Amino acid sequence: MNRPAEQVRESYDVVIIGAGVIGAAAARALARYRLRLLLLDRESDVGSVTSAANSAIVHSGYDPTPGSLKAKMNVVGNRLFPELCRQLDVDLKMIGSLTLAIGDEQVPIIEELAGRAAQNGVPVEILNRDAVLQREPNLTPEVRSALFAPTAGIVNPFELTIALAENAVQNGATLRLNEEVTRISPRPDGSYTVMTGRGAYRALAVINAAGLHADTLANNALAELGRPADYKIRPRKGEYFVLDHFDPEFLHHTIFTVPTEKGKGILVSPTTHGNYLVGPSAEFTDRKDDFATTDETLAQVLASAQKLVPSIPTRQIIRQFAGLRAVEKRGEFVIDRPAPGLVNLLGIQSPGLTACFAIAEEAVELLREDIPLEENPDFNPVCRPRVRLHRMAPDERAKLAAEHPSFGRVVCRCEDVSEGEIVDAIRRPCGATTVDGIKKRTRPGFGKCQGGFCQPQVVKILARELGKKPEEILLKSQGTEILLEKIGGANGD
Amino acid sequence: MNKPKLPAEMICIVCPRGCRLRVDEEMNVTGNACPRGAAYAKTELTHPTRTVTSTVALSESAIGRVPVKTSAPIPKEKIFDVMAEIHRCGAAAPVACGQVLIKNVLGLDADVVATRTVKS
Amino acid sequence: MATDPLRTETFDLVIIGAGSAGLAAASAAADAGVERILVLEKEDYPGGILLQCVHNGFGLHRYKEELTGPEYAERALNESNKRGIDLRCGAMVLKITPEKEIHYSGEKYGYRLARGKAVICATGADERTRGAIRIPGDRPTGVMTAGLAQHYMNLDGYMVGRRVFILGSGDIGLIMARRVTLEGGKVLGVAELMPYSNGLARNIAQCLNDFDIPLYLSHTVREIRGKKRLEQIVLARVDENFAFVPGTEKTFDVDTLLLSVGLIPSNRLLTDLGVRLHPKTGGPVVDETLQTSIPGIFSCGNSLHVHDLADFVSSEGENAGRSAARYVLDGADTPTGDSPVIRTEPGAGIGYLLPSVLHTDRTEEFLLKFRVRKPYRNVVLLLKQNGKLMKKVKKPYLLPAEMENLRLTREELPEPSGTLTLEIADE
Repeated sequence: MNRPAEQVRESYDVVIIGAGVIGAAAARALARYRLRLLLLDRESDVGSVTSAANSAIVHSGYDPTPGSLKAKMNVVGNRLFPELCRQLDVDLKMIGSLTLAIGDEQVPIIEELAGRAAQNGVPVEILNRDAVLQREPNLTPEVRSALFAPTAGIVNPFELTIALAENAVQNGATLRLNEEVTRISPRPDGSYTVMTGRGAYRALAVINAAGLHADTLANNALAELGRPADYKIRPRKGEYFVLDHFDPEFLHHTIFTVPTEKGKGILVSPTTHGNYLVGPSAEFTDRKDDFATTDETLAQVLASAQKLVPSIPTRQIIRQFAGLRAVEKRGEFVIDRPAPGLVNLLGIQSPGLTACFAIAEEAVELLREDIPLEENPDFNPVCRPRVRLHRMAPDERAKLAAEHPSFGRVVCRCEDVSEGEIVDAIRRPCGATTVDGIKKRTRPGFGKCQGGFCQPQVVKILARELGKKPEEILLKSQGTEILLEKIGGANGD
Repeated sequence: MNKPKLPAEMICIVCPRGCRLRVDEEMNVTGNACPRGAAYAKTELTHPTRTVTSTVALSESAIGRVPVKTSAPIPKEKIFDVMAEIHRCGAAAPVACGQVLIKNVLGLDADVVATRTVKS
Repeated sequence: MATDPLRTETFDLVIIGAGSAGLAAASAAADAGVERILVLEKEDYPGGILLQCVHNGFGLHRYKEELTGPEYAERALNESNKRGIDLRCGAMVLKITPEKEIHYSGEKYGYRLARGKAVICATGADERTRGAIRIPGDRPTGVMTAGLAQHYMNLDGYMVGRRVFILGSGDIGLIMARRVTLEGGKVLGVAELMPYSNGLARNIAQCLNDFDIPLYLSHTVREIRGKKRLEQIVLARVDENFAFVPGTEKTFDVDTLLLSVGLIPSNRLLTDLGVRLHPKTGGPVVDETLQTSIPGIFSCGNSLHVHDLADFVSSEGENAGRSAARYVLDGADTPTGDSPVIRTEPGAGIGYLLPSVLHTDRTEEFLLKFRVRKPYRNVVLLLKQNGKLMKKVKKPYLLPAEMENLRLTREELPEPSGTLTLEIADE
């Protein structure tokens, strides 16, 4: 065995690799115990990759194959959402979903899905055409029937991951960003060395929630134990459109096509921000850094979505994006403990967001044999409430602005966000350090102008709060500075 | 002074109207909607000039830059030399609109002046 | 608590936006006798977008001299200050209620209400973004709107790129091509989707030709490449239906792409209130007084329709100011259902025509504003009412980049009903 020489910087009970929604949920679940926890991520913010580019749906669970891990985690996870989102102060709306049968040939599929729902223990109702159109007048008149799933919801996925990480940090976990794990190395004593670009950590146990890259880490670790493994994640890209919040009455539910072998198909859904999301496509790619959108795919996405909702106002499109689903070759979630102290949470594609709380609990159970889990009496499950000025009544806003003038200063016109909210997003545990970090926490840049008006202000506030120069402020990951040097060289300062 | 190549055609830049000017071998200008167009065409063909606008770093103010311009057009080939002078210049608030920041820049018979009033 | 933190103040006229339109409206309304005027500006300084337009070319119509943007703004501000108008900066308007209560918020003012008998919206325009025009590819840093780049360069003093490409030949894009070049950046080209430039001819001459910057007409960006910083763009030619022509792709190694692909009137406040929007301009539907579909609410400047020159924005602002003054001072100058109206409609070759409605019993003179759909040379404008030719105007050239004005007297429109169309015909 070829073990590189390492300088162990610090020791932890559990090192969690990957601060996406799964890693953050695992960290938060473990924070209930007296453990020294380290949460590592190679990006400049938590939840930057798959957790930041998905459909933001809390699935009801009618779709996964009965008996599968996906089905179990989905249904259990779904039930945990309302209470946990309350504790974490995360935006959640249980708006229900409608899966449409368009054309007579799809009517039996709806019936089949209803059967699957019953097996999975998910309450659903088949609505006839009139009942569907009464709920959603903007749907296609071609709709024949629909599966209504009242326990489906929409969540703010950015806020969810951030709140989970924040709550973990608040309860003693250490969060290190911009630190990429290169290897998990088993040690003779049964513990692990987690090597990163900046050094090495000793861990009694490791949770591998490294998303798209979790397969390589797991395979290499097991190879060192002389137990070759063949985890294989192949990203499946999903491209989306985002529409502005032009009309809160346009749609009230998440609207799905019937699922295909490639996934849940296209959806059109309100978001918790009041926008509308259209997508995703589902095409395999061999590159784990391929987040490019293409004309051809998005044209197909739009055409499919228009079959559900013909009047989608394309003039209201404000953004396109692509996310990568971490699809394991078996097509199933992999939640396992291939060696003592090593837990893999990999291949967590859809419905992974919905399943995050359930998966985190599984991870805790898998570790129970390896590390002592002693309750932490000081654990506080609640995040300090976020100020959401745009939802406050005028007299409340006036009062807050009178006490703290920075809540009077509105920085983002499209989304109505104050300087006070931005400063809070920076100063909270697991605070924002980038322009996208601010956007994910408090919304400036999500609106119609896409930051055209507010970005210079956001850059200034970040620079001031972080004690940096504006030209050091990043859009997102390292190497994404927005500004170059001051004009005119030497006299610029 | 350049020897103009005639006849010539050009777009007048004196005002936003953008007249298409034609200049014949005798330096007669047509296509101009006003006399300034004729003057522009002759200058453009013999010694083209431009007004340079930019900004200068400003201290003692919440506003970090003060905009500037040359008080008169300067020879086109001197644009980047004037920019270098502007880069070397700094100002401190208060600044008045029209205040001279560089007197007779490079001896070109034009000053670099502030184009915004900034109180301290 | 002794005092209610939610203060309400009452005004005759509240103007939203202190750019060229709002400031001109305020001065004109004051001159027409309106006393209690409040101007609310979201930025910390008045002047609007003019403050970042440090180039010259402003004011030739209005002041008969060539000014830079900040100089032009300063004149407009001096005019309003001379009249003692209450101007509050750093005050973001969030809502207008049907009772004309303006909700605004600012660090200095807190959250407050201002009630106005009349309201003028002069809220300017937004730039179209990458998302709005759906450029495919990666999402690196280094892709931004030209106006945002102008803000960073001219107000904050930062370079935004070294090797720059510009998509869109609108004036902001052309101006930024020169600005980047003057500050030591290299502009590799400007691409325009249309077969003609969308900027003023003089800006092509002095911003591109002066610095040998190529203009690619009928081209657009096919793909953006770069994982962190922009690395490359792929440019391709488009055919007459704007479809990419295969095999015409060219790649440019650039670190920055600036977008100058159009402005959209910014009217969220009005649409939230239920004001009717014009399908072509993106601004509200207005009559000759610039009153919107809600009585007492007026619109002017780039939030009504996108202008080419600040001078025209100012004169439109004055029109709105005078109209609002009449509304405030004369009371019910409100069109009623039975008030005689002429509707206007764009005919052949006309992109849009404003105002949408003319009340012939209220004004002596009308100013029609329009843009053409493509460039024309040596044509005539035909103004027809109910199919009958009322006026014919020769035009040596007409360009989509320029907003056109056409003045009409009441005598030229004796019939106070029906539809007025404007069309372009060969001479």
